[in-house]
Amino acid sequence: MLQLLGSAPVAAGLTWTDAEAAQAAKSAQAARRPAAGAAYKPKFFTAREYATVRVLVNLIIPADERSGSATDAGVPEFMDFLVADQPGRQTAMRGGLNWIDHECEERFDTRFLECSAEQRAAVLDDIAWPQRAKPEFAHGVAFFNSFRDLTASGFWSSKMGVTDLQYTGNVMVLEWNGCPPEALQKIGLK
Amino acid sequence: MAAKVLTEAGADVVMLEAGPMWDPTADTYMMKWNYESPRRGAAIPTQQFGEYDAAFGGWTLEGEPYTSAPGSTFDWFRSRMLGGRTNHWGRISLRFGPDDFRRKSLDGLGDDWPITYDDLKPFYDEVDKFVGIFGTSLGPRFPNEPDGFFMPPPTPRCYELLIKQASEKMGIPCVPSRLSIITRPHNNRLPCHYCGQCNRGCAQHSNFSSPSVLLPPAMKTGKLTIVANAMAREVTVDETGLASGVSYIDKNTSRDNHVRARIVVLAASACESARILLNSKSSKFPHGLANSSGTVGKYLTDSTGTGVTGFIPRLMDGHPHNEDGVGGAHLYMPWWLDNKTVDFPRGYHIEIGGGRRMPGAGFIGNIHAYTGVEASGTPISFGGYGKDLKRDYRRLYGSTVSFAGRGEMVPNANSYLELDPRVVDKWGIPVLRFHFKWSDYEIKQAKHMQETFRGIIQEMGGTPLSPMPTAEQQYDLAAGGRIIHELGVTRMGNDPTMSVLNKNCQAHDAKNVFVADGGPFVSQADKNCTWTILALAMRTSHYIADERKRGAL
Repeated sequence: MLQLLGSAPVAAGLTWTDAEAAQAAKSAQAARRPAAGAAYKPKFFTAREYATVRVLVNLIIPADERSGSATDAGVPEFMDFLVADQPGRQTAMRGGLNWIDHECEERFDTRFLECSAEQRAAVLDDIAWPQRAKPEFAHGVAFFNSFRDLTASGFWSSKMGVTDLQYTGNVMVLEWNGCPPEALQKIGLK
Repeated sequence: MAAKVLTEAGADVVMLEAGPMWDPTADTYMMKWNYESPRRGAAIPTQQFGEYDAAFGGWTLEGEPYTSAPGSTFDWFRSRMLGGRTNHWGRISLRFGPDDFRRKSLDGLGDDWPITYDDLKPFYDEVDKFVGIFGTSLGPRFPNEPDGFFMPPPTPRCYELLIKQASEKMGIPCVPSRLSIITRPHNNRLPCHYCGQCNRGCAQHSNFSSPSVLLPPAMKTGKLTIVANAMAREVTVDETGLASGVSYIDKNTSRDNHVRARIVVLAASACESARILLNSKSSKFPHGLANSSGTVGKYLTDSTGTGVTGFIPRLMDGHPHNEDGVGGAHLYMPWWLDNKTVDFPRGYHIEIGGGRRMPGAGFIGNIHAYTGVEASGTPISFGGYGKDLKRDYRRLYGSTVSFAGRGEMVPNANSYLELDPRVVDKWGIPVLRFHFKWSDYEIKQAKHMQETFRGIIQEMGGTPLSPMPTAEQQYDLAAGGRIIHELGVTRMGNDPTMSVLNKNCQAHDAKNVFVADGGPFVSQADKNCTWTILALAMRTSHYIADERKRGAL
């Protein structure tokens, strides 16, 4: 009888119809579900680390004409989950992010998040190319290599990444036909 | 295998399984996308080959340690589930050849088996026909790679054809694989649908695993009782010195139980069966059941293994297509040389990999290691970040190939197992202590593997992703146990003072005790051991049934 849609019961002793109970359960559930676009709560990264990660991964894999950015593909969430899941990665990850912040502070008196695009690029350019990095940046290089690897892992294994790569497997194939003629031609075997 | 043969022969069989029940149809993660998991298929402590891989366990099991003697490295893989490792294995199904049973006669090293290839051939034939295997006849050109009863093999993938072209230019024949995956309908099992996920367990029973192929007919007889979560700890013995049954821990209650038996068949995997025998101490067998010779635990071997991955510029910018195929390579290279022409006594075969796989955790790591020269002559160098990097990952997808050697180790006096004198597992059962050392025979073989693989990569116009390992690194020879082909620790032989089992895999000391896993093997081979484990277990089981019928057991 009482119309209690969307509001909580105010007194004991009320009797709900089945329909009212079901509707109340649905509303409670909707309230528990995070609103669209609500922030992911990291298990491992601090708030600043997570914000830094979100910037870094998009610098590594940005949106382009074919697919979205690393954040579009859920890479920061993947990274946070994996590092929480594999404790052996944690010190290197935390240490590496600190290394980058201190490198920025040393050069620009400000941490990575507050740096300009040019300042960020200046630091990254010194550690993103192992073949020509100076020896004093060896630790930064090691960190960026593994961070780039994790970014790639998270992006290309996401649904967005798998589609971008045009991976067409994971399906039932009744008749296997081997290497298609166009592919044979491409590798010079036909 | 023993359960199937014995129940079909009329025996009541109790199977003690240390892990839980597992059904490839109900429990497989086949066809799941890696992105359906937040860790994208990566390993977890309880599934160390990947969260979707059909192996409950790995190198470490909670509460079930093992130890290594100082100076020894041995890594022991255990999969605790119905069907064990048959659920996730590589399906590489190679018969041992005639030479593999008589290596001592040929080169003076190791020992000959007490049986020949001809003794085992009828059972290899039966295994081929019952289980189903694809491959091609290699004929007299490969006298030590006997032909079997094959279904048609799947056509090679693009990169496999490129590998074949290069390897054959170098005189290394590259031929269709022999895998226990059916390509035709067989015994009410559907043929392979080429999703490339055999290791997850096949919902359609298109590949070989014990629960897919051997247990259903055994269950159909109504004579098989499977007791899951049963940790066997000791074979009990009566006053006449015959086995009387098996004591086991019920993992659900931690209580000790006993199942009485007229005949005991151990098939817990080589080292685990040896452990059970060593722990089966009595006044009659103070050093463990079937161990009056002191041979249980000796002659521990594993396959040798080392590998190289190469980046092949010709495979860049590949034409998108479904390259999944079967869950294994469509081509391989059997041992192709005469060992008299090289500086190591035994051979190896080559397993290849590559292709446009389902992306998962660990996708194209170390992009900066990809170097080389494009066909146009432009040098290749990767790194950085941004749109160029993103484009580079796309170009590189599917452009690596991998080579892994799997070779024969010669048993040596430094490689054996025993019980640890102090350590028990969480069930109170004494654990194993491993002694293991590679010899020069295996180290030189690994060097040859590395040089050969790098040669093939170079012939393909590619670059290895890692530098040539050094002698100090033992040419990257994997640690003992890492290839997971442990054999030899309950050796068969004609001389009861130098072997555990006779030529029927029957304990010399106790005629109602048998071993039906890899323990009885006298030697490894340049081939994987699983098909021979199946054939030998089938032979042993038929022997048991025949002996029962004539009243000898």
